Amino acid sequence: MSDFAELRLDGVRRRFGGRDALAGLSLTIRRGEFIALLGPSGCGKSTALNCLAGLLPLSEGSIWQDDARLDTLPPERRGFGMVFQNYALFPHLSVRKNIAFGLQMRRLPRDEVRRRTDEAIRLVRLEEHARKLPGQLSGGQQQRVAIARAVVLEPSLVLMDEPLSNLDAKLRLEMRTEIRRLHQTLGLTTVYVTHDQEEALSLADRLVVLRDGHVEQIGTPQELHNRPVNRHVADFMGYRNLLPMTVTAVDGERVTVGNGAGISLSGIAVGAPAEGDAVIAGIRPEDLHVGTAGLPATVEVVEYQGRELAVEARTADGVVLHLRAVTRPEPGDTITVTAAPDRVLVFPDGTS
Amino acid sequence: MTPRPIETVPPPARLAWRHRLAERGIDRHLALLVPAMACVLALFVYPFAYGIGLSFQPEQGGVFGAYRAFFADAYQRDTLGTTLGLALPAALLNVAASVPIAYRMRGRFRGKRLLTTILVVPITLGTVLTAEGLLNYLGPAGWFNRALTSLGLIDAPLRLTNNYTGVFLSLVITGFPFAFLLILSYLSGIDPTLERAAATLGARPWQRFRRITLPLLAPGLATTFCLTFVLAFSVFPSAILVGDPAGETRVISIAAYHAAWEVYDYPLGSAIAVIMGVAELVVVGVVLGLRSLLYTGSTGGKG
Repeated sequence: MSDFAELRLDGVRRRFGGRDALAGLSLTIRRGEFIALLGPSGCGKSTALNCLAGLLPLSEGSIWQDDARLDTLPPERRGFGMVFQNYALFPHLSVRKNIAFGLQMRRLPRDEVRRRTDEAIRLVRLEEHARKLPGQLSGGQQQRVAIARAVVLEPSLVLMDEPLSNLDAKLRLEMRTEIRRLHQTLGLTTVYVTHDQEEALSLADRLVVLRDGHVEQIGTPQELHNRPVNRHVADFMGYRNLLPMTVTAVDGERVTVGNGAGISLSGIAVGAPAEGDAVIAGIRPEDLHVGTAGLPATVEVVEYQGRELAVEARTADGVVLHLRAVTRPEPGDTITVTAAPDRVLVFPDGTS
Repeated sequence: MTPRPIETVPPPARLAWRHRLAERGIDRHLALLVPAMACVLALFVYPFAYGIGLSFQPEQGGVFGAYRAFFADAYQRDTLGTTLGLALPAALLNVAASVPIAYRMRGRFRGKRLLTTILVVPITLGTVLTAEGLLNYLGPAGWFNRALTSLGLIDAPLRLTNNYTGVFLSLVITGFPFAFLLILSYLSGIDPTLERAAATLGARPWQRFRRITLPLLAPGLATTFCLTFVLAFSVFPSAILVGDPAGETRVISIAAYHAAWEVYDYPLGSAIAVIMGVAELVVVGVVLGLRSLLYTGSTGGKG
């Protein structure tokens, strides 16, 4: 593995036809770190990955590996490995030859190519399929070949472009664990693009949340999960209840908000709202409970989710709430909904 | 609610009949092909069989007399080599020249449609117009020779028409658009991320082409070669118009024409036509045989 301390993206910008697909991404990746780029489609995460790989030239900015500038090099000289969304396995080459391809391009001695290819095949547990063509493999097996092909070179950086999005739900969970296991075993620095927050939270050491080409927040999974900096990140992190409110009282970090139609909540302020400000109160469904005292609402939809039930309810003035319940309410029932004050986050009204 | 007995409705007889046919792999809609098949039989299969039959009934020399006559006469026999000598290199050049041009023209770029149109226009010209153009342009008093002479590059005009070169050029001009269009569509059927993947694995541009694109394109090249070869092998108008039909470009179709319509030896004409067909079949068979050794599965693209 090439020795380096950190990989630095410095104001990386990419324009398409006058529009910023990626507007100034600055990020320092430490060696061995697992970074997830997270955001909805069109947020610029795949653009960022392609810029890193060298498949897209930058409009502005630079990429550095310690003191070596990388963004002026063609992809074949960057020494990064990439796993593509559609796997991009060479259909005319067997699994073994696919995996050996990169090693052969480096003109390594024959027995080293064989040894490292064998090792990689064993690593992704495809020994029985080594002679098959990619077309004869299942989706999960193809994905494992794609990963093996990228990691066999022990690249300084592995780039993964939504590698699990073409797999079914069960396989996706298995491969997620597999990727995490590989990262723990090999310790390869990884940048992983996904639109699935759960995937990003479970895999990454640090997450970068992107929206419209801009970085919204960079942080550890815990930071993003517990303290999203704005309503967009909150939305992405599973705060399904985003209620427009007005601040009625401020007490340090603790604020009380209301919607002027009977709903009143107290929560923790993100930023420094003043009394009378328009804000958004963000609450996760799992932090809203059916209680004895609180807001009355009418149950509309109930979904069974194993240990709990996901409930959609509507208050008298038409606000839709998502919550979890342990006992099954029937649609049409009236329930009272309460929220723990320290689980409510109050964001500035994020129209910006 | 009281449970009702499940109704057992017998399937309608008509449906059952169709299903029975389907089980034997017979689709009755195939009956719609009957008129077309009748046309093919009457207009193609019958004359073809008649021609083959005729080739075995020469006026003298027994069943194989016409074939023996063809191969015994060096003047006739050599037309086979002459034709192969024109058609094989022309087809090869058409395919070889199309690959780099089509390769550069994959993907989308401004002016692609215009460029494609320019490259494909010779299809619409027809061999006679092409031949006339060649005579005017490359002839002894044509622009090309006059330009070279006035630049002082040559003393005497180059002989580029009424010989092998003229016919060869005409075959390239008329055959290239076919080869180019076919190869362009084969290339756009190859997933462009494959080359990008190869790039991230350290392959330089030439290695990406050589190791990834070319092997995936090869079956398409073989098919394209066969088609342009067959087109070139039946060369007739340009061999006469820009060639030397009595000498170095006396191709096999001229021999067949001569036998059938100037000597009125129909069996010999038919025999030459059959020999032509067999020669084409051998070349196509060899190429397709080699093609079957290649990877011919999915190439991951939109094609």
